[in-house]
Amino acid sequence: MSRPDGPSPNRSSGARAAVPLAAPVFAFGVSFGALAESAGFNPFLAVAMSATTFAGSAQFAAASILTAGGGAAAALIAGILLNARYIPIGISLAPAIAGPVWKRFLYAQLAVDESWAVSHIGDGRYDKDLLFGAGLTLYLSWLIGTALGVVAGGVLGDPERLGLDAAFPALFLVLLAPRLGDREARWTVLGGGLVALALVPLAPAGVPILTAVIPPLLIARFTWRRA
Amino acid sequence: MAPGVIVVVFLGLATMALKAAGPVLLEGRPLPRPATAVVVLMGPSLLAALIAVSTFEGTRSLVVDARALGVLAAAVALRFKVPSLLVVIIAAAVTATARAVS
Repeated sequence: MSRPDGPSPNRSSGARAAVPLAAPVFAFGVSFGALAESAGFNPFLAVAMSATTFAGSAQFAAASILTAGGGAAAALIAGILLNARYIPIGISLAPAIAGPVWKRFLYAQLAVDESWAVSHIGDGRYDKDLLFGAGLTLYLSWLIGTALGVVAGGVLGDPERLGLDAAFPALFLVLLAPRLGDREARWTVLGGGLVALALVPLAPAGVPILTAVIPPLLIARFTWRRA
Repeated sequence: MAPGVIVVVFLGLATMALKAAGPVLLEGRPLPRPATAVVVLMGPSLLAALIAVSTFEGTRSLVVDARALGVLAAAVALRFKVPSLLVVIIAAAVTATARAVS
């Protein structure tokens, strides 16, 4: 992880920051590839989905719904809801990504929760080289994992048996800890976490995480007025 | 078209658009100050939500299971300034162990 006062962030430091998650992402890629087979995807389609959607939770949800016979519309809606958080994530990354439109488009595709989180360099600013290094590392892990899963099925067994699902919240915790310095951040963390938890039993998957943008909107507005 | 093809094509296009919306439309310009204030707080808030949901989400319910133990172990390791790779490994190992014995 780079700090604002550390050496200037670059692509290889971004890649290094993503290393703790390369193995879990790879393992879940394998298990997605295996699931995609049973969802009726041909091998090409499964790999194409990982290459174009590149968002684990949405892909798992969509493939599970198809496997259960839920139909294309339900799978599509579930996937889009799960990925709706990429609008606010994209907005937060936008000031860091300059250049021609095709370049901004491609950089944006490397955004997943993990690459977004590790490319933060302080005060709500993000770095596009960190995003590139971390995003590409995770992209390749996910894509190669999916291809292996399609070819070899669940060769690695269930990633959850290895506890790999806990790797994601653990890394998010690592990235969150240094950002709890001020009181507003602590309030917003409490708000975002509690609102999301409260909505898990009530709202479709994806919505609870998306609602985490509400506490920052309220708190920022309040402090803006006071200032 | 087979349902699989429809989902892959349209979810792919939709996700690419969702990810690209901000960076493409905002053209790399700095955000206005009120928006920056929101973005500063959005990082921690979204991380908190991701942690909460990926730790406690069941099927339309909240559950406390092996993941919670793993994340708790990660928090303790973090307290002792353990490097991030090791924090992640500890979380996975504790979760796997808890699952194996339960």
